[in-house]
Amino acid sequence: MSIKVRYFASLKEMTGRAEDQLDFSKSVTVKEIWYQANKDKTLPDNILAAVNMEYVSFDHRVNDGDEVAFFPPVTGG
Amino acid sequence: MDIKILAESFDPWQEIKQYQNSAKKIKGKVGATSIFVGTMRDFNEGDIIKAMTLEHYPHMTEKQLANIIEEAMQKWQIIDALVVHRVGNIFPDDPIVLVAVWSSHRGDAFDSSRYIMEALKAKAPFWKKELLASDDERWVGKNSDGYESRSR
Repeated sequence: MSIKVRYFASLKEMTGRAEDQLDFSKSVTVKEIWYQANKDKTLPDNILAAVNMEYVSFDHRVNDGDEVAFFPPVTGG
Repeated sequence: MDIKILAESFDPWQEIKQYQNSAKKIKGKVGATSIFVGTMRDFNEGDIIKAMTLEHYPHMTEKQLANIIEEAMQKWQIIDALVVHRVGNIFPDDPIVLVAVWSSHRGDAFDSSRYIMEALKAKAPFWKKELLASDDERWVGKNSDGYESRSR
């Protein structure tokens, strides 16, 4: 199962990466993806997650080919 | 309905005029147009701000804004809506966001434009980084509820 992971704004700076391409042999949640991609970094409290550009909770299960994104609270407008 | 994400500065009044001239479905039907324009301040949290950089998540931004406008159309009688938002480098007095709603009646126009603006603030994936007078950079942590008086 191939998953694209994207990071935005302060999270992109914190991880030092704009995106990751990860492979999983079993079904995983958004939270498990974070820890697979960022082993040394605790999930920040206020972080938001999206799958295929819709907001999801951290226990959301992803499917092959999904795009997962992590980002801080939004500050547009 | 139109959603525009612009990397260059824009004139909100020109955008409204242009849209009104091209959108045939609002001709003759509109009794109320509600317009909100958000511009950049040169101060925030007690500091002078020289400039800002606005980052966004391309495509998710448009998707979320389309969802928000659809929700507003379910809740109120709206004929049409236009949302324009800047990304990139922004300076004090530059317009950042335009929300325009056309309706037959003022209640629907006022309430739906407020709803769209508040939902944009809460859900549209944009992030502001401020450049302070000291040349330090700072991410804006979160959006406020929009009332200075409530924080006093």
